[in-house]
Amino acid sequence: MNTLVALVPILPLLSFIVLGLNFKRLPKVVTSLMACGSVLVSFVLAVVLFFHVKEAGTAVNVTLFEWLPTASSSMGFSFVVDPISSLMILIVTGVGFLIHVYSIGYMFNDEGFNRFFAYMNLFVFSMLVLVLGSNYLMMFIGWEGVGLCSYLLIGFWFKNHDYNNAAKKAFIMNRIGDLGFLLGMFVLYYQFGSLDYQTVFAKATLLESGNMTLTIATMLLFVGAIGKSAQIPLFTWLPDAMAGPTPVSALIHAATMVTAGVYMVVRSQALFVLAPTTLMVIAIVGIITALFAATIAIFQNDIKKVLAYSTVSQLGYMFVGLGMGAFTGAMFHLTTHAFFKALLFLAAGSVIHAMSGEQDIRKMGGLRKAVPITWLVFLIGTIAISGIPPFSGFFSKDEILLHAFEHNKIIWVLGIVGSLMTAFYMFRLFFLTFAGTFRGSDTQKHHLHESPKSMTVPLAILAILSVFGGLINIPGVFGGSSELHMFLSPMYSAGKEVIVEVSHSTEILLMIIAVLGAIAMIAFAWFRFVKMAAIPISNDAKRPLFTNLLYHKYYIDEVYAFLIEKPMLWLSGILHWFDVQIVDRAVNSLGNSILWLGTKARPLQTGNIGFYMIVMVLSIVAFMVFGLMI
Amino acid sequence: MVDTIQLMPISYYLSLCSLLFAIGVVGVLIKRNALVIFMSIELMLNSINLLLAAFSVYHNNAAGQILVIFIMVVAAAEVAAGLSILVVTYRKNNSIDMNLLNQLKG
Repeated sequence: MNTLVALVPILPLLSFIVLGLNFKRLPKVVTSLMACGSVLVSFVLAVVLFFHVKEAGTAVNVTLFEWLPTASSSMGFSFVVDPISSLMILIVTGVGFLIHVYSIGYMFNDEGFNRFFAYMNLFVFSMLVLVLGSNYLMMFIGWEGVGLCSYLLIGFWFKNHDYNNAAKKAFIMNRIGDLGFLLGMFVLYYQFGSLDYQTVFAKATLLESGNMTLTIATMLLFVGAIGKSAQIPLFTWLPDAMAGPTPVSALIHAATMVTAGVYMVVRSQALFVLAPTTLMVIAIVGIITALFAATIAIFQNDIKKVLAYSTVSQLGYMFVGLGMGAFTGAMFHLTTHAFFKALLFLAAGSVIHAMSGEQDIRKMGGLRKAVPITWLVFLIGTIAISGIPPFSGFFSKDEILLHAFEHNKIIWVLGIVGSLMTAFYMFRLFFLTFAGTFRGSDTQKHHLHESPKSMTVPLAILAILSVFGGLINIPGVFGGSSELHMFLSPMYSAGKEVIVEVSHSTEILLMIIAVLGAIAMIAFAWFRFVKMAAIPISNDAKRPLFTNLLYHKYYIDEVYAFLIEKPMLWLSGILHWFDVQIVDRAVNSLGNSILWLGTKARPLQTGNIGFYMIVMVLSIVAFMVFGLMI
Repeated sequence: MVDTIQLMPISYYLSLCSLLFAIGVVGVLIKRNALVIFMSIELMLNSINLLLAAFSVYHNNAAGQILVIFIMVVAAAEVAAGLSILVVTYRKNNSIDMNLLNQLKG
């Protein structure tokens, strides 16, 4: 069993090494087989491990080697497979495998085909280390690794200047969060003398709730989550990250990497439940992000940008769940979101593929006939994210909203508003893309085609998962037994678990409100974009004030540019002047004066030995005379 | 024999050695022929040697005289090295004029 655990991350790593060293030589077939095969084997191993953990009910701990032994503690290079990480490795390798297969079709004509798969395998490896690590240091290694891969893959088409900037932006924003994570680790180590999950959690449970150190530590860890999971105020990198190839958006910026923050909080549940202040902050940040991103998404016209803001918004929901103590709910939403958002992104990729690279939904329309499979799976994904039963998104979102209702009615109301907006902007996207008449150019129309098998088959599988993914955690009100919760609950520190005690009738009433609202929103979207056939106006057209604000994403990028970039450029201007005018001048004049001295002293070296001799003799005589005089 | 030497005042030796040394110095300074310069250096060396031997006898201490022998041995070795340099110089320049040896001039 221990070897299996180690093999899960090592296989993609090996594949990465082979591909990375030979990416100019290997034929595409070999690359595809190796890249997909390694992830597939990892997935099979993950399934084996998952059922092992489920049957045995105990975690598997594997220490590959002792890494940083100190006097008081030792940091092992070790993995742990317990309910949370076994669920996560299933998602990472499962969804990862499907996206790898999809990429074969999507990237086939790209000159960087092999390089792409090398990066993707490195990403899978890093993500697996992140979720499998049994201490915060291991998590941090994976945390940084996925950040690097995200950077590499956003800037995959590095010849485009804008894409490179997007990659840098993502990296720098993540870096700010990473600093928080790092400081959080320092605080934990200072307090508990260890970074090992078990040790830290065991010692933390001895502390009282609201402990100052724990609050600081969890706040700092949450800063890391803000950066990685694109929450306010560090969310602007994620929409820009859409510069990368679409499979990358699906795998990294929707299904797995951005959920690392959620995973981290669930993993550190024992710490966070002892810091109610932090949980409150998490809930507030989450709900603001959810609403903020949803409002922006309504007015975006780039198919991937809409999905990106939708991802930010859904991540906000997960954090609301975490803040409300619905740790299972957050993990549940993470899982279903991984399914339907990966599906939506891949379907969007299929649309872009069919449209010869066009991403503007104003130039699409009427694609239903041209790409029927993509149409169907996109519809499934859209319904799932809108929260219509019995699709997966309904159950997971509902669980979070239920907890919100239980704890804080204001957040619940805001959450419902957000989910209504979700239904609206997703169906707006859907109708604009697939309904109505085609609005693109004739060349594009001529070129319209359904994607190859390697793309549609993963789409179909993800569609099935999006439909039935909710079944893993059917709540009691529908006669289910909350299986996911049962599976995960041994992970939560005893007695701190949040139990919802809403009556079944209230629960059903809440669901009806949410579903009716969503249906109303869908109807509204249908009325506006199908019946009225409204097309969003062009980029530079004049908009009413509020719409304009939303269209320009609240001018957040501009605000950041004004608040941070401008003062920084101003300061660097001054420092540059100081460097050139003062430091450089001082150093250069010193050098020049030495040179000048040299030109004056050089004639002394005549090369005439007789002259040297005379100087020597005269000097000796002078010394002697001098000696005698003293 | 020893008595005879001791009968001579030490100042004679001092004068003679100083004279020899001065001749050597002047020879080094004014000559351009490397061989002559070399001989002048040897002259300086031997004048000092002679003085050492004289003082040794004067103080009735044999150690100085033994030291003189050693110096001669070392000097012989030094001469061998120096002359070989001169040979190389001659082969290269076809001359042993010291003023030609200024190629390291900065």
